[in-house]
Amino acid sequence: MIANTPDPSAIQAQSLSVYYGDFRALKEVNLSIPQKKVTAIIGPSGCGKSTALRSFNRMNELVPTAHITGEILFMGQNIYASDVDPVEVRRRVGMVFQKPNPFPKSIYENVAWGARLNGFRGGVGHPSMDEWVEQCLHKAALWDEVKDKLHQSGLSLSGGQQQRLCIARAIAVKPEIILMDEPASALDPIATLKIEELMRELAEEYTIIVVTHNMQQAARVSDYTAFFTMDEDRAGILVEYGATNQIFTNPKDSRTEGYITGRYG
Amino acid sequence: MTNHLPAKETPAASQLRRRHRPGERIIQGFLFFCGAFSILTTLGIVYEIGKEALLFFRSPEVNLWKFFTGVKWQPQIGEFGILPLVNATLTTTFFAMLIALPLGLCVAIYLSEYASARLRGWLKPILELLAGIPTVVYGYFALTFMTPLLRTIFGKDVVGIYNTASAGLVMGILILPLIASMSEDALSAVPRSLREAAYGLGATKLETAVKIVLPAALSGLAAALIVGISRAIGETMIVALAAGAGPNFTFNPFKAAETMTGHIVRISGGDLSYDSLDYNSLFAIGILLFFATLVLNIISQRIVRRFREVYE
Amino acid sequence: MMNPGLTPVFEPSIPQRNRRAAFWRLLFRLSTVVGIVFLFLLLVNIVNQSFGYVAMETRVDPATLAVNGVPLEELEKEDLIDVLQANVSAGKFRQLEREQPLAERSRDEIYALVWEDVVQPDIASTWLLTDSLFRQGAVRAEAAEKYPQAHLVFRSWLNASILQKPQSSEPLNAGVRTAILGSLWTIGITIFVAFPLGVGAAIYLEEYAVDNWVNRLLQTNINNLAGVPSIIYGMLGLAIFVRLLEPITSGAAFSLSDPTTANGRTILSAGLTLALLVLPLIIINAQEAIRAVPNSLRQASYGLGATRWQTIWHHVLPSAIPGILTGAILAISRAIGETAPLVVVGAATYITFDPSGPFSKFTTLPIQIYQWTARPQAEFRNLAAAAILVLLILLLSLNAFAIVLRNRYSKK
Ligand SMILES: Nc1ncnc2c1ncn2[C@@H]1O[C@H](COP(=O)(O)OP(=O)(O)OP(=O)(O)O)[C@@H](O)[C@H]1O
Ligand SMILES: [Mg+2]
Repeated sequence: MIANTPDPSAIQAQSLSVYYGDFRALKEVNLSIPQKKVTAIIGPSGCGKSTALRSFNRMNELVPTAHITGEILFMGQNIYASDVDPVEVRRRVGMVFQKPNPFPKSIYENVAWGARLNGFRGGVGHPSMDEWVEQCLHKAALWDEVKDKLHQSGLSLSGGQQQRLCIARAIAVKPEIILMDEPASALDPIATLKIEELMRELAEEYTIIVVTHNMQQAARVSDYTAFFTMDEDRAGILVEYGATNQIFTNPKDSRTEGYITGRYG
Repeated sequence: MTNHLPAKETPAASQLRRRHRPGERIIQGFLFFCGAFSILTTLGIVYEIGKEALLFFRSPEVNLWKFFTGVKWQPQIGEFGILPLVNATLTTTFFAMLIALPLGLCVAIYLSEYASARLRGWLKPILELLAGIPTVVYGYFALTFMTPLLRTIFGKDVVGIYNTASAGLVMGILILPLIASMSEDALSAVPRSLREAAYGLGATKLETAVKIVLPAALSGLAAALIVGISRAIGETMIVALAAGAGPNFTFNPFKAAETMTGHIVRISGGDLSYDSLDYNSLFAIGILLFFATLVLNIISQRIVRRFREVYE
Repeated sequence: MMNPGLTPVFEPSIPQRNRRAAFWRLLFRLSTVVGIVFLFLLLVNIVNQSFGYVAMETRVDPATLAVNGVPLEELEKEDLIDVLQANVSAGKFRQLEREQPLAERSRDEIYALVWEDVVQPDIASTWLLTDSLFRQGAVRAEAAEKYPQAHLVFRSWLNASILQKPQSSEPLNAGVRTAILGSLWTIGITIFVAFPLGVGAAIYLEEYAVDNWVNRLLQTNINNLAGVPSIIYGMLGLAIFVRLLEPITSGAAFSLSDPTTANGRTILSAGLTLALLVLPLIIINAQEAIRAVPNSLRQASYGLGATRWQTIWHHVLPSAIPGILTGAILAISRAIGETAPLVVVGAATYITFDPSGPFSKFTTLPIQIYQWTARPQAEFRNLAAAAILVLLILLLSLNAFAIVLRNRYSKK
């Protein structure tokens, strides 16, 4: 299977299988995610998109029954190796969730919390915390909307603003990769558009992997697209992976074509 | 345009009319009585206990000011200062919370954040068991285990046979499961997504639990604390057995002192003549106890309701 | 827009944070262990007091009572009667005859009489189970030195006779029979009153009550009552049942009153007091059970043209009843263990005869435990421990029953 791209790789799955108890949710996935690009993961519901995404920062470990086989290489290191700390992995591979989930703290604290946790150091030549919070909110295209109410609760924002706050929170710890699991599915069309623009902008600095159910969204924002589906025993498999353009205009696999045209038609 | 005349009522239509169902009415009436019966309990408490308490406060021998500020409770010589009783109650409550709050909170955190579902399935019934043991048994435990233990640790001449510390500490064990299970409820009500967000930023389990989950559950925890205090104030058998008999105004937890509840059981357990000032004085203490716990319970319910609204 | 050169430095110091996390994790786990240790200590302490060596002194050495070389414990009934006659005063013997002719009594009864009235054992000292097991030598030495006259025997304070005998001022003869019967009578009345009232109230609040201020008041009131200290219920019972309703609770209104009391401090008052106490708990638990019945069931029933009560009776209650029963059992076990309110209502300090009905004076198992614990003599502490074991076994079986019920229910 061709699962490589011409761009340098940021993170790589090698014969990755994920199990929940005895159930294999993901089977033998090989996938190389390019640096500073947006990669979309699409596929029918339950095919293991979220599972794949969450295995990139060891988030699946929070499910007691989950375990994996295979490797995920990040900076040449298998993140599942026994001497790797999941806490460190998650700092470098951040995550934005489907439903906006700001902490019940102030807007400022939401952004500052993770940075402080990870030993944020200000000082000469470096930004102070205030500057850093401002900078992250700018990057998340939220600054202008919240600059006068930084100390109000993050929960007081609208859904779309909350999701951008979550993005600001994620980039405040300076991750290398940002995982997004259907980040716009709980939002209205205008808020969705804002998030999509933001993804494009963030791709200049970060590697972004986004799971989406929305074909147009995948086509609009992503550089590469991976299509997953389920095999006979309901295990998720990677069917096709390539430049978004090619996947949407000239899919090689009939299953990909079926899925895409089914949605378009 | 045609005008439709209203259809004539057919015999069948009349069957649709509302029917009287006397049986249903009677049942509903009875059920309402059941529901309203508890109001009678409350009225009974307020009226009957209040009435006797009023008799006490009206009596010429009682001075309201001295009642609330007096440091001597000796009905034989007409001294009715409630502070010794209140002081003992506060002392035992303090010791109870000293044990129950930190331990209960730690247990709750362990159960909700660390323990696997299976372990939780084992531990929670054990806690329930601890909570289901009658308080007189805890009183026995205080007297035959905790007090001797304190006396060996601190010395027999320092710690009395009856003392408020022993009663308070054992009361803490009694209240621990209550605080633990209420706190656990509060912690588990914090949505998973908040925990995931924290982990996603590279927080450790401890940081997630203490810096995100705990603050988010704070009001629920406060409610647990308040209910615990209210429970401690009203607890009777442990103090009746282990704290001592005889009102004693002391700040030394190793000395005997009688709490409000302890005093009520001891006096009413003896031969008591109705309509005496002694008898009425018990009700004065009782009504105080009732309102103190009521206020605490109402506050905690308010807090819990607010807390629920946040996460609906 | 912003200064792109401004990038922060992070010093995550993860090993240090992980160490802190591990330390606290240990602390949390330890706290949980401590909680369990408390439970363990509580039980061990009680078992420890329930069994162990006692130094037994006797007024007459049983060995001297052997007849023709046959030791006392192997004597026939007739010989035992002779021993009895020879060793008690004539008046006492006549009194025993009058109570029930000795010839009509069983051999074991006579044997027990010989022990009680002739041998007259008395406990000089008692030891804990742990000492009796692990420091046997020291215990024996101590007993031999301090009580040279006494026999050292291993005694289980929890035994068949404690269940059969009434209260007594002699620790060796005291039992919990009266107390258990008192508890059963009291709880019977409590269930009889509180269960129907409680379930009725729960049905009203869940199925009939609309959201208006009256019903909100009812609900708030019930929630608050559940938190009122039990001793307050005792005072309420004292004021209302014992005093205000004395003609009814003493049985005088039905000319049924117990001649020895003829006041309101009866089983009926105690049962009613406990009923008020557990009512809010039963209501709240039953409400939860009723709320757990899916709404689709109700709609299906209404869809078939059932009335509200038919729906409740034929559909809601059958699915909710296991939950209601479980909740009720838990509430009732709370009532069984209650002590303070009954002391206030006026449990008798000392009765030796079985209760004969709702208008009898009463004592209950927890009251008995309280009174024995409050006595200074060690033997009564041992007795109290045995009584606690009886109480705990009773409660544990009730709770186990409730859990079985709940598990059955949740599997369905
Ligand atoms: N915590 C879990 N425990 C057990 N099975 C799980 C768990 N999470 C997911 N699964 C199973 O793993 C499979 C893949 O789930 P996953 O959530 O990754 O799918 P998905 O592609 O993200 O679906 P959707 O598009 O609906 O979000 C599903 O069959 C699901 O039932
Ligand atoms: Mg998903």
